[in-house]
Amino acid sequence: MPFGYVSPEQQMRDKADYARKGIARGRSVVVLQYEHGILFVAPNPSRALHKISEIYDRIGFAAVGRYNEFEALRLGGIRYADINGYNYARDDVTARGLANLYAQNLGQIFTESMKPFEVEIVVAEVGDSSDEDHIYRLTFDGSVFDETGLVAMGGQAEAVAARLKERYREGLPLVEALEAALFALTEPGGERPPAGQLEVAVLDRNRSHRKFLRLSGPRLERLLAESTEAPAPAPTPEADVPPTAPEGDVDTGSDT
Amino acid sequence: MGSHRDLPAGMVNHIFTNSGISSFTEFVGSYAPDLLPGRNETLAAPVGDRIPHATTIVAATCAGGVVMAGDRRATSGNIISQRDMEKVFRTDEYSCMGIAGAASTGIEMARLYQVELEHYEKMEGRTLSVAGKANRLATMIRGNLGMAMQGLVVVPLFAAYDPETDGGRIFGYDVGGGPYEQQQYHSIGSGSIFARGALKKLYRENASPEEVVLALIHALYDAADDDSATGGPDVTRKIWPVVVQITADGFHRLSDEEVGAHVQTVLDERMSSPDGPVAPLR
Repeated sequence: MPFGYVSPEQQMRDKADYARKGIARGRSVVVLQYEHGILFVAPNPSRALHKISEIYDRIGFAAVGRYNEFEALRLGGIRYADINGYNYARDDVTARGLANLYAQNLGQIFTESMKPFEVEIVVAEVGDSSDEDHIYRLTFDGSVFDETGLVAMGGQAEAVAARLKERYREGLPLVEALEAALFALTEPGGERPPAGQLEVAVLDRNRSHRKFLRLSGPRLERLLAESTEAPAPAPTPEADVPPTAPEGDVDTGSDT
Repeated sequence: MGSHRDLPAGMVNHIFTNSGISSFTEFVGSYAPDLLPGRNETLAAPVGDRIPHATTIVAATCAGGVVMAGDRRATSGNIISQRDMEKVFRTDEYSCMGIAGAASTGIEMARLYQVELEHYEKMEGRTLSVAGKANRLATMIRGNLGMAMQGLVVVPLFAAYDPETDGGRIFGYDVGGGPYEQQQYHSIGSGSIFARGALKKLYRENASPEEVVLALIHALYDAADDDSATGGPDVTRKIWPVVVQITADGFHRLSDEEVGAHVQTVLDERMSSPDGPVAPLR
């Protein structure tokens, strides 16, 4: 027995705490279904380092946590999707397969390596109708959650999810879905991030070939202008949320 | 610390997260080389005549873009093996390729090339330049040289919209790679000599996409007129050439109705003058 014995239970708890703390330092990302597909919104001042990405024709990826770690997962996912699509057929690449691959990897890393990945990711696939959409959320230990409607993850995931639920309903038009996402991502009384500080993308089921589309520049500004013109609902009471740690070299979305 | 490098070797994600290359072809080459074209063992005897061959592809630049068209016939020796074959492929939003030669190798190459471009774009977060795309295709053709010597020759024609010049660019290749950038128009395949002759007379600088579509259909008609391996418009079965145009708006494959209308225009004209439009002598 090595010197300084730590029980497996304690080890797992410590790793989970460590990963949770790492993830909580970053800002949140929300993923929600809208009228024509799935919307991804992340506060992210970087133009080049993405938290949201295309994986395949119908599959998108969103992540929070440590950039180098989720970037490795993103690249691995693209390789998995492309090689399967090339080897079989494009329709044979599914979010379920990808989520399984990520779950295997994250689970293995969590149990076998010293340091767990400090990441939480979403793999979303747009179907021909909203009933056929799939949204999988994966946590640092390889757990998979099959979500419907909306997902929030990152810094203040619970508070953000609660605010998102207030505004979310099925089949929201894009403008309203974006409005709901921004409402959720903005702390009560806080200022909304400008277009340049936002990373927004959709999986639009009406597009041909590749459904993923990054919304940026004038197109995003137009959408944001439309969404602010919508009547503002009554202010909500401040949620009881523990403050997130201010420091952190965690991800591209953090202020510091 | 904590990256994939800490993982035991041989784990699945060791392969998938091994960072570095953005080329799909190179990744497949190291991961599953048997999936790549041109890596097959050499054949005992050339098989060129026994497998379907694709024939004529034409392309020409238009104002603000490029248009490509291909006939639909595939032949195995003197047999017509398919009447509705597709030999013009969308490779990404701003490029396409047509294939002439061994159909099997050509289709495989188009499929791989399409993934190659997308893979790079997703990994890097930017699209390749037009020259980068053309060079990448050249490398793939060079990789197929061994098979080409066995009769599985495939020669593509590559066309893309270049946002730098706001115009179309066309690249031709030989079996060893190439690439040779072509000004204005180009054609490949067994009917190409006839198609190119027609285009030489019909091509106009900065013509509208519609005019160029019409010129290309005339060129394919002439190719089918003189080359037995090139199929003309199949009026009874309503099988028309595949025509695609690429402009700043992206890739657009013309619908059967659109192409059908242009084909009808050409057919009506050929009823009175079978050799097509006459160019002025001076």
